[in-house]
Amino acid sequence: MTVRSAVAIASLTLALAVSAACVSFYEIGIETPIQAKLDTSPFQRVLVLGFVAGGTKDVDVNSETVRLLRSQLRTKSNLKVIDSDVVSLVDVVDKLKSNVGTAATASPASTSNATGGSKDDAKSEKDLESYDSIFADVAYWKKLGEEYQAPLIVTGSIYFADINKSGIVERPQEVYDQLGRRTVVSVRQWMDRKGFAIAPKFIFIDGRTGTQLYTDSYREETLYQSTQNTPALSSYFELMDRLVPGFLNTLSSQKIKSTRVLLK
Amino acid sequence: MRARTFPLVLLALFVVAVPLSADRRSDAKEQVEFGISVANKGLWTEATSRWEKAVEIDPTYAAAWNNLGIAYEQGGKFEEANKSYNKAIQLDPNNQLIRQNYDLFREIYDRTKRRRDR
Repeated sequence: MTVRSAVAIASLTLALAVSAACVSFYEIGIETPIQAKLDTSPFQRVLVLGFVAGGTKDVDVNSETVRLLRSQLRTKSNLKVIDSDVVSLVDVVDKLKSNVGTAATASPASTSNATGGSKDDAKSEKDLESYDSIFADVAYWKKLGEEYQAPLIVTGSIYFADINKSGIVERPQEVYDQLGRRTVVSVRQWMDRKGFAIAPKFIFIDGRTGTQLYTDSYREETLYQSTQNTPALSSYFELMDRLVPGFLNTLSSQKIKSTRVLLK
Repeated sequence: MRARTFPLVLLALFVVAVPLSADRRSDAKEQVEFGISVANKGLWTEATSRWEKAVEIDPTYAAAWNNLGIAYEQGGKFEEANKSYNKAIQLDPNNQLIRQNYDLFREIYDRTKRRRDR
C-alpha cells in the first residue's frame, strides 16, 4: 500500500466517521392505525345488495360496483360475503311505486330479481336523489335481512358520468438556457380536457332492524387531454381504486404506511 | 453596595444556570438517542417512554417532542400526537423536518377527525 492510498483511506474513514457523528435525523417507516368507522362485531355476514346507479350507460356501474366491493370484502374483511343476484334498486323503487295502493310494502324477493342496471334512460345525479326513499324503508331492509339471516347490508347510490372541463391549466415545463442549463418553469395554458367523475354514497344497514347504521359519501374525478381516448370502464376502476380504501376502513381497521423523520 | 452586588448575583445565577440547562439537555439527548435506536428495531413502546422521559427532563427540547409525536402517531394516539407536534413546532418554528412530519400527520388526523365529527 502506498503512502498516498493509505492517506486516502484514512481521510475517507475520517470523513465517514465525522458525517456519521453529525447525522441528526433518521427517516423511519411508521404504520398509523386507523380504527374502523363501524362496529361490525354483531355481524358475521355482509350483503352487498346493489345500488341506485346513474350516469353513463357505457359501464354497468351497479354490477361492477357490487362485484368490486364483494371481491374486496372477501379478501380484506373478516365478514363472510353473501353471494346473491345483483339488485337494481332503481327497478325496485319503480316497482314499489307502481305497487303503491295495491300493497303496503312489496316483498324484497318479488322486487329483487332484477339484475344489472336500469332499463330506463341514464339517470342524472338529481334523478338519483328521488330514489333515496328506499334507504329509509325500514320494513324493506328488515325483510331482506330476515331472508339472508340478519347480515350487514351494503347499499347506496352511485353516479358515474363523463365530464368536460376546459380551462387554463398550470403545468411545469423544462426550459434550457444558452449554456444548456435546465430549469423548470410554470406555464399557463388553455386545455380542452375530458374525463369522468364518480360520486358514490355507501349506506350500511343493520339487517336485523332495517335501520341505517352509517353513511359515507365520496366524490372523485379524473381528467385527460381531449385527444386521449380512455375507456369508461378503465376510468371507473381508476376512480374506485381511490375510494375503496376509505370504504374498507368503514368495516375494518387499517394501517397507513408512511415515513417520518426522527430528530436527535 | 446594592448596585455593586446586583450584577454579581446575576452573573452567579448565569454561571449556575447555564451548566444546569446543558446537563438537562445532555440527559434528555441520551434518552432521545436511545429512543431512536429502539424505534429502529420496532420497539415503539420503549421508544415512547424514552421520549416521554426526555421531554420531562427538558421540556424545551423540540426534537424530543417531534419524536414523541411520531411515536404517538404510530400508536394511534392522535390527540397526544397533535399536542406533541404542536409543542415541537412552537419550540422550533423554522424546522422544516418537524413541519413536514406534522403536515403528513395532519392529513391522517384531519381525515379521522372529520369522520368522528360526522
